[in-house]
Formats: sequence, structure tokens, C-alpha cells
Amino acid sequence: MSSNLLLISNALVSVPAAAACVLAFQTDYRRSAQINLAASGVTFLFALTLLLTGPENGTYLFVDDLNIVFIILSTFVGFTTSIFSASYIGHEIDTGKLTSANVRFYHAMYQALMCSMNLALLAANIGLMWVAVEIATLSTVLMVGLYRTPHALEAAWKYFILGSVGIALALFGTILVYMGAQPVLGEGYDGMVWTSLMQHASQFNPRMLNVAFVFLMLGYGTKVGLAPMHAWLPDAHAEGPTPISAVLSGLLLNVALHAVLRFKMLLAANAAAITPGPLMITLGLASLIFAAFMLYRRDDIKRLFAYSSIEHMGIIAFAFGVGGPLANFAGLMHMAMHSLTKSAIFFAVGHIAQVKGTQKIADIRGLTESHPALGWGLVAGVVAIVGLPPLGVFMSEFLVVSSTFAQQPLLAIPLVFGLLVAFGAILLRLIGMAFGEATESKESAVKASLVPLYAHLALVLLAGLYLPPHLVAWFQNVARLLG
Amino acid sequence: MEHLSLDIAQLLAGALVLVSFMLLYQDRLQGLINIFALHAFVLTLSVAWQAYIQHAPHLYVTAGIALIFKALVIPISLRTIIKRLRIHRTVEMIGGVGVTMLIGIFLTALSLVVMLPATASADPLAREDIAFALAIVLLGLLMMVTRRNAVSQIIGFMSLENGLILAAAGANGMPLVVEISVAFSVLIAFIIIGVFLFRIRERFDTVDLYHLDRVRGERN
Repeated sequence: MSSNLLLISNALVSVPAAAACVLAFQTDYRRSAQINLAASGVTFLFALTLLLTGPENGTYLFVDDLNIVFIILSTFVGFTTSIFSASYIGHEIDTGKLTSANVRFYHAMYQALMCSMNLALLAANIGLMWVAVEIATLSTVLMVGLYRTPHALEAAWKYFILGSVGIALALFGTILVYMGAQPVLGEGYDGMVWTSLMQHASQFNPRMLNVAFVFLMLGYGTKVGLAPMHAWLPDAHAEGPTPISAVLSGLLLNVALHAVLRFKMLLAANAAAITPGPLMITLGLASLIFAAFMLYRRDDIKRLFAYSSIEHMGIIAFAFGVGGPLANFAGLMHMAMHSLTKSAIFFAVGHIAQVKGTQKIADIRGLTESHPALGWGLVAGVVAIVGLPPLGVFMSEFLVVSSTFAQQPLLAIPLVFGLLVAFGAILLRLIGMAFGEATESKESAVKASLVPLYAHLALVLLAGLYLPPHLVAWFQNVARLLG
Repeated sequence: MEHLSLDIAQLLAGALVLVSFMLLYQDRLQGLINIFALHAFVLTLSVAWQAYIQHAPHLYVTAGIALIFKALVIPISLRTIIKRLRIHRTVEMIGGVGVTMLIGIFLTALSLVVMLPATASADPLAREDIAFALAIVLLGLLMMVTRRNAVSQIIGFMSLENGLILAAAGANGMPLVVEISVAFSVLIAFIIIGVFLFRIRERFDTVDLYHLDRVRGERN
């Protein structure tokens, strides 16, 4: 059983790693897009088998109920994004925006990113997790700068600097956790392993844990994109290739959030340490309200949805900060819904920017007339992301709000206020883009792959209408784990 | 003997903080690189001393990496880069040295105030080290905030990483995995930044981030 599972978790890391090596030497971009797709698909299948095997512990990797949720979500979106990426990159090559050398590099980095994200989620050791998050950061920095335009380079530079500072603070927090654990667990490897840390958390020096958590929250919080450390996020989303915007919003932010949640659980296990809730609530609300207002001033379509990601990560952090089985359940649900919806939106936006030849909102008009499939896809995605019923995001936002009312009614006021402000801003922009007289398109038909877009939207709709009881029970179990 | 080894460890960690202050006010790029080399050298001594008193041979590896990469390879290549970019004589404008130094002193005091009570139960050696390490990290951050030039920001970042390594070395018996990875990630980071610099140079003819800032934000 144990060796069985380790095989799977190893495969989750080694399949993308091997694919990255192969892709680094593959010059034909069509072939490399296929390999990319196949590797992502195989990784997803391996992730699904985790459902059958259940939790296990290894020396370096481990699987518990919490990271299975993240792994499956992450490999699924990774897989669908690779389908979208194939058609997106094909178009970029045809229009000469990217050379085949760029694309070779891009595909290798895509798999390196998948590998490091899986490693970060599966790591049994806080040091290994940190290393994996750092590799994920570096690989996305390189991809954000892929277009080599001044804007892209500036975005990559800003992301690199802010990301490294965040990572550095997180490492300092990691060292402090080890120092707090060391008098209890002794010197060496044990002091960094999640399972032994969780077991003995109640005996650790609480003041050390407090200081450590502040650093970890700020460090990994930078990667989650929480205000006021969010400055890298809109630029990185807007200037990089769109598949990377989808992966950043849908996956990488979640990976950083997973790290924060793990350390939150560690603090919750120590009665004398501060409760991490208020810090997360503050950062979450600040992100939500700040991003909601910033949404009104956007004139770049990818930047608009990047701010919407900050808003939603704020909501998620807020939900986990409120805590308790119901709010945690709502947070998990919202995280899954946001990943699916936001990446679907970026799939639509990527092709829209290609057909219109611009990312400026003012130049995009009447999409539902000129490109019905893409236009209505965008409309559906936006309707989902602003939280209109009957889609999944409505349900998860409703759960967040109602659980907040149940526990801390006063906090629900700013939460609802932020949600409404963001709602107005995004719908306002959508109406202009989707309806009215169509602006001239640069290209009448782009070979768009609509399968991932509509697959994600169908899942979100399904989740809004009916959640299988098995899934609910599973999420409830994870929510209890989170404390 | 116990006391003496503690004193020496503190002396070295304190010296590292002092060199961090020197980095803060140095406005010539050439001089900045030299001081960074000194920073890395003091770090090497400090880590090697930790290796000696903790009887932890793997820390010598960390010290070696600090000496070879940070004190030698990186300063030399940075020097080549700034010569190639013809910015080696640049005098950088740093707004208000006095204010920056005051903030630096404040940050150092802050880290002592925060860390010493929090680590009261820990080993006295690790205790002082971690407080100084936090000061170095914060000073590195301060330097990154006050500088506009890409090269100085890199140096600020690397001095910050030096603080992290000091902290990791001070934490008794922290597994080797992490230290090595820190050292290597710094190397990777450096290569990436180097690549970036050359591209930035190609596109803008400057590495002053002020010029990058002009293209910031929304396209009009």
C-alpha cells in the first residue's frame, strides 16, 4: 500500500520533470505542444488515482486529505490549460509574436512549473515545500518575460523582485518554525517534517511560532497576491502569455495559499500561540475592498481579471481566517470554483485578445455578435465570477457570507460591500465588451479550442446545481482538519 | 571557552550588520560591489565559526559556497557587467542618507526587540544570531526599497539572503538540504537576473529602474 502510494506521488513530480527535460530539446512546436498535453494528462490521471489510495506518509512526500483536493484541482486545470495553450501558442507562432525557440523554452518551463507546484503541494517537509515554491516562482518569472517587450520585462522584473522578497520572508519564517520545534524534536530532519511538527505543536515555544507566522503569512501571502503585497500580480497576468495568466490565477495562488493554510493548522494546534484568523481576515478584507475599487479603473482586459483574482483570493483568505467547519468549507469551495472559473475566463480572454489584436477594453466591442462562441463564453464566465446564481461561485460566496453572519456578523458588512462593488465594476465592463456594435476584428476566425472553456463552465454550473454527497462529505472532512 | 566562542559568534554577526549599514549609504556601484564582497566574506567567517562550535561539518560547505560564489564569483561578474554596461562610474542618487540610516537603526532595534523575547527559551547562541539575522534581512529590504538601480537592488537582495543563511547556520542542526538549496537558489537567481540585465540593457540602454517605471501601468 505504502509503496503503491509513493509511486503515485513520485509520479506526480517526476512525470512533469521528465517532460520538461524532453521538451527542452524538442524543436518542433506542434510536437512539443502534444507532449505537453500528454504529460499534463498523464499527471492528472495519476492525481485521480490518489482518490483510491487515500492518505499515506513518505519520507519526502506525503498525501493527506487536504493536499489531495489541491493536487486534483491543480493537475486538472494544468491539463485543460495545456489544451488551450496548444491553440493559443499555435496562433502566436503563426502571427510571428513568438519564435519556435521561445516556444520550446515555454513548454519546458510549463512542465517545470507543474512539477514544482505538485512538489510544493506534496512536500512532507517545510524546507522542501519552500524550495518548490521558489522554483515555481522562478519558472513563472521566466514565462512572464517571454514576449521580451519592455512591458513584459518590467512585469517580470517586478514579479521577480517582489516574489523573491516574499520567498525570503517565508524562508525566515521557516527557519523560525524549525528553531521553535528544535528544543522539542531535537536537531535534524524531524524538526521540519509536517507530521512530527503537527504532532508536537502544542509543546513548541508559542512566541517563536507567533513571530514565524507573521513572516510566513507575509511571505507566502505575497505569492497569494494579498494586498498590500499584490503589486506584481496585475502586471504579471497582463504581460505574460495568457495560458500563464490562467495557471497563475488558477493554480499558483492556490499553492501559496496551501502553504499558509498548513502553517495556520500548525498554530491552531498550539493553544498558547496567537490565533492566525484575525491576520488573515484583515489581509483578506483589505485585498477584497482594494481590488473591488481598482476594478473600476482598468482599461486592459487581462489586468481587469487579474484584479478580480486579488479580490477572490481576498475572499478565500477571509473565509479561512473566519474559520470553523462551515467557513472553511466555504473557503475550499470558493477556491475550487474560482480556479475553474478564472482559468475559463482567461481561456476566453486569450482568444479574444488574439482575434481583436488588442487587450484594451475600449477597443473590444460586440463580441457576442462577431464571435458568438467566444463572446458568450466570456459572458458566462463573467456571470459566474461575479457570483450570479445558479453557478458555483454564487453558492460558495453565499456560504462565505452566511457563515460570516453566523460567526461574526459585523465582518459581513465590509465583505458584502466589497462583493457588490466588484460586481458592479465587472458587469459594467462586460456589457461594453460583449454587446453593442461589433468593432473591427483583426482576424475573423482563430482556431480556438473551446473545449477547456466550456468544460470548466459546465463544471462550475454543475457545482452550482448539484454537489455529489460524497464530495460534500469529503470537503467537510477537510474543513474540520483545517480547524 | 564556551563564553569566548559565543562572543566571537556575536562579534561576527554584529560585524555583518555593520557591513549591511555600509551598503546602505554607498552610492558608487563599484564601491557597492566591493562592500558586498566584504559582506559575503564576513558571512563566510561567521558560518565557518558556527560550523566549528556546533561541530557541524556540513556548515563548512555552506561557508565554502558563500566564499566562492558570493565573495568571489558574483562580485567579479557583477563588475564585468557594470563595465560592459558602462555604468561603473555611476554615482547613484540616494535620497536622504541620514534618514535612511535612521530607519536602518530603527529596524535593527526593532528586530532585537522582537526576536530576543520571542527566543528567550532557545539556545543563547541561536538567539543572538537570529536577532542579528533579522536585522540584516530588514536592512536588505530597506536597501532594495531605497535604490532605483537594478544592480544595487540585486545587491540588496543578496545581502538579504546572506542574513537568511546566517539564521539557518545559527539554528542548531538545521538539515543541510535547506542551506544548499538556499545557496543554489541564490545562484539561479543571480543567473536569471543577469539574463534580465542584458535584455534590459538591450531594450532600454539603461539599468536604472526609473526608466522602467515610465512604462509601468496601463498602456495608453
